[in-house]
Amino acid sequence: MPPKAGVILAKRGFRLRLEARTETPRWLIYATPLLALALTVLSGAGLFALLGVDPLRALYGFFIEPISDLYGWTELGVKAIPLALIALGLSLGFRANVWNIGAEGQLTIGAICAGGVALALWNSGGWWSLPLMALAGLCGGIAYAAIPALLRTQFNANEILTSLMLTYVAQLFLSYLVTGPLRDPDGFNFPQSRPFDADALMPPVLEGFRLHWGLLAVAVAAVAAQAVLTRSLLGYRLTVTGLAPAAARFAGFSAPGIIWTCLLIGGGCAGLAGMLEVAGPIGQLMPTVSPGYGFTAIIVAFLGRLNPLGICVAALVLALSYIGSEAAQVTLKLSASVGTVFQGLLLFFVLACDLLLLYRIRRE
Amino acid sequence: MTGSETHGTARLRVRGIKKHFPGVRAVDGVDLTLMPGEIHALIGENGAGKSTLMKIIYGLLQADDGSIWWEGAAVAFTDPAAARAAGIGMVFQHFALFETLTVTENIALALPEGRATAALAADILDLSKRYGLALDPHRAIHALSSGERQRVEIIRCLLQDPRLLILDEPTSVLTPQEAETLFVTLRRLAAEGRTILYISHKLPEIQALCDRATILRAGKVVDSCDPRVTSPALMAEKMVGKVDRPSRRATSLKAEAPLRFSVQNLSRKAGDPLGIDLRDISFSLRAGEILGIAGLAGSGQSELLAALGGEVAVAANTIRLDDQPIGALPVAARRAAGLSYVPEERLGRSAVPDLDLTANALLSGWQRPALVSGGWLKRGAMQAFAEKIIADYRVMPPKTGSLARRLSGGNLQKFIMGREILANPKVLIVAAPTWGVDAGAAAAIHRALLGLAEAGTALLVISQDLDELFILCDRMAALFHGGLSLASPTAELSRERVGLMMGGVADAA
Amino acid sequence: MDIAASILVAVMMAATPLLLAALGELITEKAGVLNLGIEGMMLVGAVCAFAVAYKTGNAYFGVVAGALAGVTLAAFFALLVLVLLTNQVATGLALTLFGIGLSALIGKGLVGQPIPRLPLLSIPGISDLPVVGPLLFGHDLLVYLSLALTFLAHRIITRTRLGLTLRAVGESPHVAHGLGLSVRRVQLSAILIGGALSGLGGAYLSLAYTPMWAENMTSGRGWIALALVVFGTWRPLRMLAGAYLFGAMTLAQLHLQGLGVPIPSQFLSMLPYLATILVLVLMSRDAVRIKLNAPAALGKSFHPDR
Repeated sequence: MPPKAGVILAKRGFRLRLEARTETPRWLIYATPLLALALTVLSGAGLFALLGVDPLRALYGFFIEPISDLYGWTELGVKAIPLALIALGLSLGFRANVWNIGAEGQLTIGAICAGGVALALWNSGGWWSLPLMALAGLCGGIAYAAIPALLRTQFNANEILTSLMLTYVAQLFLSYLVTGPLRDPDGFNFPQSRPFDADALMPPVLEGFRLHWGLLAVAVAAVAAQAVLTRSLLGYRLTVTGLAPAAARFAGFSAPGIIWTCLLIGGGCAGLAGMLEVAGPIGQLMPTVSPGYGFTAIIVAFLGRLNPLGICVAALVLALSYIGSEAAQVTLKLSASVGTVFQGLLLFFVLACDLLLLYRIRRE
Repeated sequence: MTGSETHGTARLRVRGIKKHFPGVRAVDGVDLTLMPGEIHALIGENGAGKSTLMKIIYGLLQADDGSIWWEGAAVAFTDPAAARAAGIGMVFQHFALFETLTVTENIALALPEGRATAALAADILDLSKRYGLALDPHRAIHALSSGERQRVEIIRCLLQDPRLLILDEPTSVLTPQEAETLFVTLRRLAAEGRTILYISHKLPEIQALCDRATILRAGKVVDSCDPRVTSPALMAEKMVGKVDRPSRRATSLKAEAPLRFSVQNLSRKAGDPLGIDLRDISFSLRAGEILGIAGLAGSGQSELLAALGGEVAVAANTIRLDDQPIGALPVAARRAAGLSYVPEERLGRSAVPDLDLTANALLSGWQRPALVSGGWLKRGAMQAFAEKIIADYRVMPPKTGSLARRLSGGNLQKFIMGREILANPKVLIVAAPTWGVDAGAAAAIHRALLGLAEAGTALLVISQDLDELFILCDRMAALFHGGLSLASPTAELSRERVGLMMGGVADAA
Repeated sequence: MDIAASILVAVMMAATPLLLAALGELITEKAGVLNLGIEGMMLVGAVCAFAVAYKTGNAYFGVVAGALAGVTLAAFFALLVLVLLTNQVATGLALTLFGIGLSALIGKGLVGQPIPRLPLLSIPGISDLPVVGPLLFGHDLLVYLSLALTFLAHRIITRTRLGLTLRAVGESPHVAHGLGLSVRRVQLSAILIGGALSGLGGAYLSLAYTPMWAENMTSGRGWIALALVVFGTWRPLRMLAGAYLFGAMTLAQLHLQGLGVPIPSQFLSMLPYLATILVLVLMSRDAVRIKLNAPAALGKSFHPDR
């Protein structure tokens, strides 16, 4: 027997049914991401048990231990900076159903452009090196995101696929650069560029820690995003386009305009994040400049409910999945991919819990 | 048991049916008895609960309370398949057809498996001949007119040899002539002993066709009568209560009124493969004039609206407003030039369902410096604008914070009309302004449109509701297959004549 | 001639994982569901197939495991998009991310291990014939299966009631529901079949194409498969041609690298991705054709009460 409309679970007299809500209580909007987090931790415990590790010990080692000192917290910030920055950019597009999945590639190109500037100015830079690099990163990301925007608006080519394919292309291009033209002449043939000079490195917030002033960029981006979303015509256009595309046409909002805007903002943020990575914690160009920040930022955006403040908090949570898995590798001898599994699970739960916003689950 | 029920087993008996949705009692304790061979009208205005009751009988919705007897036996249809198996067929107002599939494929999907396509096509042809429902079984649905689509639905039902056939507002998609043909078919079906449940709010056709009428209002049965001997005025009052309807417009058009809006040789290939090409459309509108365009679904009305409103661009000179070419301008620029339009679909097109009324007030007003300046929203001004619309047009509930999706069709349409009228356009184009709207709101909207014309705005009303067009318009034309007939003064037109024009017998003299 | 034949055989091998995964996605999309998790399902399919083949020493058990792994992940996806009505794009992305992590986790100890390759089904005598022999005979099970399933899918979609139902659900779940068709059941089946085929595509990679396990060994093939569905305008036979075209290009690219052409290898490796973009642009340019062929309800959640 196929399930009856709306019945989601039927088991010996116990039936659950979905009922559309007329009104969504405000507290629920904040509660569902927390519920998703709790479910992720819970299934994480199960996963650890499956892997033969004491769940409590593992959860402690994964989620608590890495941030039990100042160093841990600053490292959390280091990872959260690119995640938050990219997610802020992507969230605008996701509101309008523009799916830029290629932030990882835009980050890579941003890193290449910023790194190119740093290497060109090597030992001849000054205070203006960093602003110039930031500009280069920003422009690189924007230009790279312009490709899927052009292909979508001119040729109707799906931006999900084109932006993703361009990610592979960008990574290969970076790999070519660091094994070829930009390889460190004194680097014993390692595939990496020269280390940047001091002018091209982000100053740390606290001496002796890696946390850098890219933090400021995140703050500015978050405030700007909040203002745009709640107070500007652009935010209104994005919201209408996402909720009802036909209404956006009726209103006279240009669809190509929205696509361009979303992709370019997303690309710019990702490019800037790429610059911050190479000028910050990495300090040179390497074959890989990001452990998938561009993809993880998608999860950050959803966990943060596409809301700027929420995104900043969510970035910290996802940053923890990175440093947690690094720690788990050392202390628990677990594969670093546990972190990726957590990230995937978290996104599943976030999406699933959204159901509670639209429907009430009733027992019949 | 009372009256007619004693003359044999009722085909369908419904007792005390209740169904409530969040916030509404759609059906509130309805009784209904249908006899074999009877054409029974279920009448009531939009929102009275007719469709909900139908869906319950057909198994699409489950009643909260009440019981149904089918040919003497208590039943509870859990899905349409069960209702169909029992012998109930239903023709929906919004056709349940797959656009890209052929007639035969569409029909095959509703039948039990295992019938050869060729044999089915032959059966379709056979039925279509027997009941006068002309149809080509091999054409794709998107190439059919709305009348033909309805025939597909009817034949799909008939192939299952139903003993009860439910039709939901069947004539709303037909020209008067097509409706006559349908009535012949329906009478033949009733003569074969089948029961027809005919849902409508059009009283003249109910008088012409039906043996019995049950009147529904706000989810309850208010009366049951023989429509052939009951006066339409009485039925109308029972159906909607007393509504102060605007009477037919006295043609007050002055010939010297300036030409406001003109369309010259507008042709456009449909961008959508399932759409209709516009063919050489020309008309003009003077200030204060209301021109009606009668067009059924699929005659090109939505394509015409898109071209006039600016959602698709055409050659600049084909559309002129105050003698300025605007054909190549996008929506925003046309609105700035003084052209507003209201499409037929409300939720998702002229209003965003999940935004509140304050935000929806901005949908067509975002270009006005009073509401948005330098790219930043003026929240206070938006709120005040929404409050003004709500107050001026008596939108219920009078809260700017309610989501558009929570409003009834009539209230939302009043809000949308108010929003466009308060923008004070030079030209207003409206499509199906009272479609799915209750009688009170419909009268209010008609009054608002007449008032707007009085104040000098040129109005174009595109509708398939001829009654509405006859009330509102100074002149009328009809759309058929993307082409527009010549416009004639309403006083010189009859329903029959407009019907012929809608059926492509252009300018039938 | 023998060289030509061996090139063609290699093309078929390169095309098979793409064809399997794309066919699965095509069936899923025909039912109106967009599953962007192909890459994840392929990876988990690949690693499970490899692990089982490694443990049992029998590659056929690996094939079954790969398909089952794909089905399991697809069932998870189905639970989310069909029952919990989540956004299909985001859920598919989550599935890919999850699959990448999970496959790496499962495959941690398997990197560099040897396994028996999926056996070639040679017929002594015939398979040794020149040209025709290696071309038509002597492939492994999955190559034949991928071709057979493609033709079968074509036949089912265009000629049978089942295919008609699938197309109907993909065009309008609401109308289909109104007719009493079981929309959820059709969509669930399509998603699960899609998962099985993606899993098989992954299994082919780790059991036959390169009989080994490496993290992220699909390197974007799941996404290319998605593009192939567009390339084929949702028609199995055209998609078959597309898959073989891509197979040929992958091969050409590898051979150019092998021949020591003076182009940096990274640029040659970019070719499949750039070609995918090119294909998307060429095929999508004609919006009318896409509109006529793409399932109208693709990517939209369906709930009977809404």
